[in-house]
Amino acid sequence: MRITIDEETCIGAGQCVLAAPEVFDQREDDGVAVLLTETPGKDQRAAVDEAAVRCPALAIRLEQ
Amino acid sequence: MSETDPIVIVGASAAGLTTAEALRRAGYPGRITMIGEERHLPYDRPPLSKQVLAGAWEPARVALRDETAYTKLELGLRLGVAATGLDLSARVVRLADGETVPYSDLVIATGVRPRRLDSDLARVHVLRTLDDTLALRADLAGARSVLVIGAGFLGTETAAAATQLGIAATIVDPLPVPMARQFGPEVGGFVADLHRAHGVTLLTGVGVAQLYGSDHVHGVELTDGRKIEADVVVVAIGSAPATQWLADSGLAIEDGVLCDEFCRAAPHVYAAGDVARWRNPLFERVMRVEHRMNATEQAVAVAANLLGRPTSFAPAPYFWTDQFDVKIQAYGIFPDGAEMLIAHGDPTEGKFVAHYRENGVVVGVLGWNMPRQLRTDRALVIDRAQ
Repeated sequence: MRITIDEETCIGAGQCVLAAPEVFDQREDDGVAVLLTETPGKDQRAAVDEAAVRCPALAIRLEQ
Repeated sequence: MSETDPIVIVGASAAGLTTAEALRRAGYPGRITMIGEERHLPYDRPPLSKQVLAGAWEPARVALRDETAYTKLELGLRLGVAATGLDLSARVVRLADGETVPYSDLVIATGVRPRRLDSDLARVHVLRTLDDTLALRADLAGARSVLVIGAGFLGTETAAAATQLGIAATIVDPLPVPMARQFGPEVGGFVADLHRAHGVTLLTGVGVAQLYGSDHVHGVELTDGRKIEADVVVVAIGSAPATQWLADSGLAIEDGVLCDEFCRAAPHVYAAGDVARWRNPLFERVMRVEHRMNATEQAVAVAANLLGRPTSFAPAPYFWTDQFDVKIQAYGIFPDGAEMLIAHGDPTEGKFVAHYRENGVVVGVLGWNMPRQLRTDRALVIDRAQ
C-alpha cells in the first residue's frame, strides 16, 4: 500500500490524523496533512482506508 | 417489492455516493440503484463557492469519482431524473419520467434547495449546484460589482471569491455581523473585520426590500430606503430540505426527514446528509447539519445500519470555511447564547481557538488559522468537558 496526499486539495481538516494517527500528521501553520510513512504496514490498512473515506477534500490516494 | 429488490438511494451527491461505497466496502453483494436529479456525475460542493467560483479550479475537478469507479461499484445510476413520490407500503419510489422503482431499503439523500427571492430579473443567482456556479461565474466575468444577500457561509465565501476576481463585493444581512447565526457576535465581528480589510462593503443590520432593474438586475433597495447598485446579485439566504417529493409519503417531515439516532425514518427507510434531521445522542437533541463532513459520516452510519449492524450516529459535526487567507474550522454545535472563550492564540494575531460552553459544558470548538490545536480540542466536545 502506497499513500499520496494532494497538498493543494487538502483543507487541513485533520480527519486523517483522527483515523490513523500513526500514519498522518498535520503541519503546524496551515494544517495540511503530512505522511509519517508512505508505506505503512498491513496493521494500518483499516485505519488508512478510514482516513481516505473520511477526508472531506478527497485528498488521499491509495495505491495497492 | 421483494427482498431481491435493490437498495435504492435517492440523491446522487456526497451522502448518496458514500452510502453506496460503504455498502460495497463492507461486501454487500446485492444491487444498488442511485437516482439523481442533476445530469452530472456526483460532484463535490464545497469547492463551488471557493476554488471554482474564484476560477482557481476547472469545473471538472469537482467530480467525486471518475467514470470507471461507477462500473467497479456496480451501481445502477439514474441521472437527470427526479424522484417525485414515495409509497411506503408498496416500497416503491416514483420518478418524474413516470417510472416506479421498487426497493428493499431506501436511503433518502436529496439534500437541500436554496431559498430564492421572488424575482425573474436576469443576473440574479443562487449557488447550490455546479450549473448555478458556472452561470454565476459567466455573469461575474463581465461584472464590476456584485451584491450578496446573506452573510452566512455561502454569502461570505462568495464575496471573498468575487473580491479575488477583482469585483467590488457588497454583503447585506439583517444581523449586526456576518456569521452571527453560526458562531455568535464575537467571531462574527472578526469575520467582519476580515472582509472589510479586503475591501468588501458590509451593510449589516438592514434587510433587502426588493430587487430592481429592467430585464436584468440593476441593484437592490434596502429596508431603510437606500438603493445599492450592482451588476450581479447573489441570493444566499439559506436553504430548505428537498422533501417536497415526500409530502404525501407518511414520513414525518419537520424541516428535514425526521429520523431516530440510527438515521432511520421508518422501517426500511433511512436518511443521510443535509436532508436528515436526526437525534444526536452526543448532544441529546434533534439536529440537521448542512455540512460536507456530515454527509460522509452519516452515510457511513446508514450503510452500517442497512447491513444490520446497529450504529448510533453521535458525531461532533465538523465544518470549515476558507475566506481570503483565513481558515475557520469547527467541531460541535454553537447554540444561541453559548458562552465563548478564547482558549488558545489571540485574535489580534490572526490565530486562535475558541471554546463554546452551554450550561458549563463545552459543546463547540472553533479554530481560526489554528488547525492542529483545534483537532486536539475536539476531544473536549466528544468528552462533554466542563
